[in-house]
Amino acid sequence: MKKVRFQSGLTPYLLLLPQLAIVVVFFLWPAAEAVRASFYLEDPFGFGSTFVGMDNFVDTVTSTDYSRVAKFTAVFTTLVTFLSLGIALLLAVKADKVLRGASTYKTLLMWVYAVAPPVAGLIGVLLFDQHVGPLTDFFGLLGWEMQIGVSYFDTAFAMTATAVWKQIPVNFIFFLSGLQGIPKSVQEAASIDCRSGFRRFWTVTFPLLAPTGFFLLIINITYAFFDTFGIVDVIVKQEPGNNPVTLVYKVFLDGFRGNDLGGSSAQSVILMALVFILTVVQFRLIERRVHYT
Amino acid sequence: MTSAKKVAGLVAAAAMLGTSTFSYAATEISWWHAMGGRLGEVVVDISNGFNGSQDACSITPVYKGTYEETLTAGIAAFRAGEQPNILQVFDAGAATIIGAPGAVVPAQDILEGAGVGFNKDDYIEGVRNFYADSAGKMIGMPFNSSTPILYYNEDALNKAGVEAPKTWEEFQEIAPKLKKAGYVPLAQSHLPWIFTENFKSRHNLQFATNNNGYDGAEGTQLVFGDPIKNHFKAVKGWLDEGLFGYYGTGWGDNQTPFNEGKVAMWLGSSGSFGGISKTVEFPFSATYLPYWDAVEGAGTGTFIGGAALFSMSGKPDGENKCVASFFEYLTSPEVQYMWHKETGYVPITNAAYELAKKDGHYDRAPAAEIGIKQLTLPGGDWTKGYRMGFYVQIRDVMNREYGKVLSGEATVEDAFATIEADGNKLLERFAKTTAN
Repeated sequence: MKKVRFQSGLTPYLLLLPQLAIVVVFFLWPAAEAVRASFYLEDPFGFGSTFVGMDNFVDTVTSTDYSRVAKFTAVFTTLVTFLSLGIALLLAVKADKVLRGASTYKTLLMWVYAVAPPVAGLIGVLLFDQHVGPLTDFFGLLGWEMQIGVSYFDTAFAMTATAVWKQIPVNFIFFLSGLQGIPKSVQEAASIDCRSGFRRFWTVTFPLLAPTGFFLLIINITYAFFDTFGIVDVIVKQEPGNNPVTLVYKVFLDGFRGNDLGGSSAQSVILMALVFILTVVQFRLIERRVHYT
Repeated sequence: MTSAKKVAGLVAAAAMLGTSTFSYAATEISWWHAMGGRLGEVVVDISNGFNGSQDACSITPVYKGTYEETLTAGIAAFRAGEQPNILQVFDAGAATIIGAPGAVVPAQDILEGAGVGFNKDDYIEGVRNFYADSAGKMIGMPFNSSTPILYYNEDALNKAGVEAPKTWEEFQEIAPKLKKAGYVPLAQSHLPWIFTENFKSRHNLQFATNNNGYDGAEGTQLVFGDPIKNHFKAVKGWLDEGLFGYYGTGWGDNQTPFNEGKVAMWLGSSGSFGGISKTVEFPFSATYLPYWDAVEGAGTGTFIGGAALFSMSGKPDGENKCVASFFEYLTSPEVQYMWHKETGYVPITNAAYELAKKDGHYDRAPAAEIGIKQLTLPGGDWTKGYRMGFYVQIRDVMNREYGKVLSGEATVEDAFATIEADGNKLLERFAKTTAN
């Protein structure tokens, strides 16, 4: 293979500059500002601020609500990730086998991908609305008096269902292309060796899908953590009351609704650390088991 | 060439059409507000009316979203030196903006500085003090002012053969009859505003130390005694017996069942009047917010909710003069009456109230007068309002804990202990933000 090199040593850096500038201006700078603000209590209009050391962090972690929000975020992230990955994988495996009308079937499964999270939230709200929601009426027939906005569990259910529904198509697209990338010869060899389709899937297909799966795992955790903001926002209507919210949403509530800049910065710093640790763990522990071909 | 000129001319003409109220010599001032929908249209009408009434100033209203979004946008703009001349700030954000020294020029100073007369007694009782400092100086100009009142479905009450309740004791008597007639007797749309802040005012009870917070943020703490705890115990009892409906923190979620005729009585804003009269198909009326007769000294007036207009600092004198003349226009009886009639918000001056009476507005719609009559009920030591920082979060804490009480996750005692603990911590934190 022929290696191509830049004539001047500076050129690659020059080409990287726009990207780096964006990272600095839109990520590093605000992140540094958040770290600074997390040590202060500041009047929102910027007239005065008091250095309070770790107070914001202590107040955040010791507040009665924070642990509940953190627990909900953990459960929500786990559920959304596993359900949306699991259901998408099942659908992709089945879609892979469809021969007649395959593209119609795939398109039907994929269109939801084009829905923006707030719109997805809105659809969720309409479906689960306590006064006019068709799904609420349906569950009512089964004897479940669903009341989102009143019952913590019911709101959590509606949020999770909407978030999963919104994420399935993305996973589906990736899984499907992953499945189609598995060589026919391998599959044929496997079907000679083993008659059980179920076992063939777990011993041959699934390991070959692992790189895709690992990538999707990270994408989905990030999605459940951050991108579900729009869904949460539309469902709780900015007035959470006794309803579940995610950690990111709480940062927004305290910072942008409540103008508590210090407290909300401390929360976002904690969140940053959390995501950092999570990413390291993922790459250290899980990626080792993934084999790229 | 000529065609290009023609196009340019057309564009210029179109631009002129689009800004027909613009006059070249006029000083431009901006007004950021949170009035959406029909209310936003009336805001535009008022602005156009002002621009048409004189040549010196021209005001441009800009809709900035919800109350919270408007305040946040105003703060961000102020920090960037791009603040509007007038910012609409809601009741719960009052402490934030008034607590920031130098963010605003007091409305009273603006008016007096421009040589426009200002007399506090021109404003009605319940409106006068809410946006004032502890010395009584008016900082914000009250704009959309409302107060919680009880709306009732006349058909429902007739069917059950009952009268609208004056007190909660009366409510407890009639509620089972309404239930028997097939209605959910009562719902409400804002637990912190109606069952906490105005509950305190209606019973003339202290809400916070430091003179309800007006005397400064330092050391302000929430005060909850037995009356409010007993009230929530009663509410939970009503809920369990099917005498009260709770549909979450959303305003509309609680109003909808009333509009649909499922709920017989609904506690909402006097400003909801216009909307209800356009929506519901049954005859309805309104009365005062009920109180507990058993609480000594109860039956005092309520204070206003809604929002006020704040004149932001850092603007040239010429623009401040325009703000003053706009405030003068806004508080004129005719404009106030128009605002009152179109939206249901109360008129803020006595003169406007008199005008509405003289015009026969209340003969045509007696329910429209309830809000203002309630605001002018005799006051007490604790009926002028409250001033607390990070109050948006304190309301969130209340909503959360009340939600737990109503769903049975927490007892009333525990809920109020948490509200006090979390609320006081927030107040303490807020005091630190303004310390320097």
